[in-house]
Amino acid sequence: MDSLDRRRTQPAQTNAEAPLRETASQTAGPYVHIGCLPNAADVRGIYSNDLTVNRILPNAPITISGKVFEGDNIICKDVMLEFWHADETGCYDNGIWHRSITNSTSGLFSINTQMPGKTKTGEGKWLAPFVSVWITARGINLGLLTRIYFPDHESVLHEDPHMNLIPESRRLTLMAKLVNGGYYFDIHLQGPNETVFFDV
Amino acid sequence: MDRSKQNFSKRDYSAQPKANYPDYRSTILRHQGHKLVALPQTLADTKGPVFGHMDLGANDDDLIINYASSGKSAIGERILVTGKLLDETGAPVPNALIEVWQANGGGRYRHKNDGYLAPLDPNFGGCGRCLTDREGNYVFRTIKPGAYPWPNGGNDWRPAHIHFSIFGQGFAQRLITQMYFEGDPHIQICPIVQSIGDARAVNQLVARLDMAQSVPMDLIAYRFDLILRGPNSTVFENKTGGH
Ligand SMILES: [Fe+2]
Repeated sequence: MDSLDRRRTQPAQTNAEAPLRETASQTAGPYVHIGCLPNAADVRGIYSNDLTVNRILPNAPITISGKVFEGDNIICKDVMLEFWHADETGCYDNGIWHRSITNSTSGLFSINTQMPGKTKTGEGKWLAPFVSVWITARGINLGLLTRIYFPDHESVLHEDPHMNLIPESRRLTLMAKLVNGGYYFDIHLQGPNETVFFDV
Repeated sequence: MDRSKQNFSKRDYSAQPKANYPDYRSTILRHQGHKLVALPQTLADTKGPVFGHMDLGANDDDLIINYASSGKSAIGERILVTGKLLDETGAPVPNALIEVWQANGGGRYRHKNDGYLAPLDPNFGGCGRCLTDREGNYVFRTIKPGAYPWPNGGNDWRPAHIHFSIFGQGFAQRLITQMYFEGDPHIQICPIVQSIGDARAVNQLVARLDMAQSVPMDLIAYRFDLILRGPNSTVFENKTGGH
């Protein structure tokens, strides 16, 4: 046994368990806004602005909005969503990232962004433009990854190499709708219209 | 090393919580009926937003004072939380943004939906952030959050915890988790913690008292190391292409 004096200045052992495995996820909980978008949650004065990627979006601005539904078609009003997509040339070096929350009254989320370009698989096959979406909230133990595709590229439903990995009956859950000049995309966490979520 | 051109190894779901865990009531209507659809990784997954260049505010990493009136500080046990951000191969993840949020010393969040009896602390906001250095080290100061009750159908109390949000180098490494404190008896009876079926994975969420880094007459230190998905060391057949 080390001396008491030594133990009072002892460095901690690591909490990490060998062999190293990814730290377990835990739910973001109902108060995720405090940490991730504090100004939007009325915790003002700590950060001058909520986190964003400062990038002036060039041409082709688009809006994407929608709602998130849990079982029984209940609108979720406490969800945080992150959006990540290639720039207009299909490049991720200056990829575009946004964070949004579902409105605490209406449940609507909304971002202003730009249409991403086409990208390629590792084998060099073209992929239709898409936006990756990562969803966290109370009751979601591990963040959910999905994608938004655009109806401008309808051939995506049958010709896209990644879309072809999804059961045909579920592909439409990833297709945004064009409504009043903006894109609209609902996310269903479960139920008959459950959105496709990915393991990458 | 730039890992953005490499794939990440498959996620080890044995270390992750179950999506459907009815003892945590909110998962009942929010878990998925379908299996996740496996996709090969592309740059959409191996690249991600990076914030390493960000100018953080001077007190962003000090929750004791970052919401406090001038000369005041938050009420509670003053603590320092520090650790390393590594990937599964043990390599440090540098210049990574870590965001944290938590309840105050009495277990109350500064959030309009939290109506717990414990009062708000006028000098505590409950959020902060920091960047890892070149060796993956991070550090922030705060007060130890209180345990709090939550509506889950029973006598439910959350162990004292700090929420963490971590950006790695690729979007596939994105992680939100919670840090618990060594010795807290609530850990073993919390449905949110126990939705992780693997005792070693739970143990990895428990910060350790670190006397070497504690500051006499000032701060008690806790060590909390974080592990993100690592590069795939064996298979390169799905090597990402593109731009
Ligand atoms: Fe919490």
